[in-house]
Amino acid sequence: MKRFPEYYSFWHYSGHYALRVVAFLVLVFLMLPILVIMPLSFNSEPFFTFTEGMLSLDPDAYSLRWYQEILDDQKWQLAIRNSFAVGIAAALIATTLGTLAAVGLSSPWMPYKRLITALLLSPMIVPLIIIAAGMFFFYTRFNLVGTFTGLIIAHAALGVPFVIITVTATLSGFDRSLFSAGLSLGAQPVKVFWDIVIPLIRPGVIAGGLFAFVTSFDEVVLVLFLAGPEQRTIPRQMFSGLREQINPTILAVATLLVVLSATLLFTLEALRRRSARLSGSA
Amino acid sequence: MTTAPHRLDPADARNAAREVRKRRLQAFLFVVPLLIFIVFAFVAPITTMLFRSVHNPTVANLVPDTLAALDDWSGETTPDETVLIQFASDMKRMANDRTSGQLADEINRALPGMSSVVKSTARSLRRVEDTEIAANGASLLLEANDRWADPATWHALRSAGQVYSSSYYLTSVDLERKADGSIAQRDTQIYVKLYIKTLRMALIITVLTIVLGYPLAFFMAQASDGLANFLMVFVLLPFWTSLLVRTTAWIALLQTNGVVNSTLMAIGVIDQPLELLYTEFSTIIAMTHILLPFMVLPLYAVMRGIDQSFMRAAISMGSRPLGAWYRIFLPMSLPGLSAGALLVFIISVGYYITPALVGGTDGQMISNIIAFHMQQSNNWELAAALGSLLLVLILLLYWLFDRLVGADNIKLG
Repeated sequence: MKRFPEYYSFWHYSGHYALRVVAFLVLVFLMLPILVIMPLSFNSEPFFTFTEGMLSLDPDAYSLRWYQEILDDQKWQLAIRNSFAVGIAAALIATTLGTLAAVGLSSPWMPYKRLITALLLSPMIVPLIIIAAGMFFFYTRFNLVGTFTGLIIAHAALGVPFVIITVTATLSGFDRSLFSAGLSLGAQPVKVFWDIVIPLIRPGVIAGGLFAFVTSFDEVVLVLFLAGPEQRTIPRQMFSGLREQINPTILAVATLLVVLSATLLFTLEALRRRSARLSGSA
Repeated sequence: MTTAPHRLDPADARNAAREVRKRRLQAFLFVVPLLIFIVFAFVAPITTMLFRSVHNPTVANLVPDTLAALDDWSGETTPDETVLIQFASDMKRMANDRTSGQLADEINRALPGMSSVVKSTARSLRRVEDTEIAANGASLLLEANDRWADPATWHALRSAGQVYSSSYYLTSVDLERKADGSIAQRDTQIYVKLYIKTLRMALIITVLTIVLGYPLAFFMAQASDGLANFLMVFVLLPFWTSLLVRTTAWIALLQTNGVVNSTLMAIGVIDQPLELLYTEFSTIIAMTHILLPFMVLPLYAVMRGIDQSFMRAAISMGSRPLGAWYRIFLPMSLPGLSAGALLVFIISVGYYITPALVGGTDGQMISNIIAFHMQQSNNWELAAALGSLLLVLILLLYWLFDRLVGADNIKLG
């Protein structure tokens, strides 16, 4: 039993417990939908709902058939390959260009810093439907609609703000005199950047890259507008599945994606701690 | 002791200025590659969309000669024979190029009902000899359809033929330009209502995320480090989970035979399954779920920084818990609250995927109608105008966000 200060009245106690209950219910609201789909993905029937057999824990009511379906279906195979290929390529572009830019932006000498930062962060603010429409109009002129190049460029642009934010945050704990020291000892700026700056901000760069990857991996609006059948990604495949024929294959994919995002979450948490340790604030 | 005023040697000043320029350039050069990339990949597309909302050369490219001939037309009677013959020959050419459908769509937007007129006229003129059209084009056109005698038809063609036009913006706020040039409300009000509905839904979602998110963040901020970090996992895991996965989950929960309905029927609250999915309700609840972490994270970040002893001091001196919270904690947590609220509001105003999948007909938001005009009705200019208005709205909100919170205070994770 937790001990309360002596001046606590009945209202303090009840407020304290009411807050606990509300917080617990909100966490249930956050987690329950994600937890519910996991058992449903092992349904042996083609339904989106718990069958009587599942509720009575009958082993026959559960099966791996929807997971087998993912392995057997060419469309899902293509979608999985595309999602990883586009995500990795877009994250590489966004991380390379974004890290360079973040180094410039965190220099005290950077001109028009506010304006340029706002411009580079704007892909995060503008609604995807507007970006999708604009890119469709513009990329058509360069025959980029329906190509991997077009989709990768589009997704890289979406990932840039996340790289800028994470790398800039890491750089704020970076001692700039190390850069000057490197220069004063006669190294070229590029060498200083590569040998001193990059190793120190690496956790932030990797975190930014992961954010950019997830942004692309999860994105569907731009895919709907810019991709042809050859560039279908996992979310695109789920989107049409949800619109056309709902079956538990989507739940199986969703379950795998939850496992993937949990993995990414723990990777990022580990990176954050490492970064905090490196900058000496932990 | 006084020191002589320091005089800067002009040479030193020049060197210093050169050094400053060099460093500014050095910093800028790091940003240049990304700047070029973003201008091509993002800024140019948005600019193209803004331009597209006032620029539509389709009709002007299809029938340039007819439009040129129409320049001398008085506007009160049927245009004279040269115009009609020119148009008849343009129609024949378009019927054979299969471009008459484009013209039909465009004129139909200026004057509803014209689509079938254009298409049937194109069909009847397709196989007529050129010499015949040159001689009798005018009467052939009038025989094909007598609407070509009506000046209103030609007004519609002329207005559709304008390369630059504000008509898409007028349409996007439910106005139209009458034949006499005055601007009046359209008979059917669609888009203003939809903007208002979108804002109303975004507001409801924002309020719901505050109602759910504030107590959770408050509780987490007072918990021990270990418990807070543990609870954070349950906020971050949904945040990191694909939004399609979360939308799928809500479909599984809310559909007619879904988890919610079966549970309610099993415990006897209802006899008939409720229609929960494909409604405004399902859109709002799914979006509240999806956007809740965007409220909790900034709130928690701010609340964690508030010294707990303020509240303890107030309560120990006899304040009621709610009074202490209202007078002390709430004002100090306002930065987090306004950051979360604006973030959730901005994101929900432009939301597309969730309303498209769980919204049915009455859960649609402004983004969905933009997508409809892009993909189904192919009225790209109207989509661009609606999108430009949405963009202005978002930028206003973003500006507000920047003034109140500071855009560079956005934190992730």
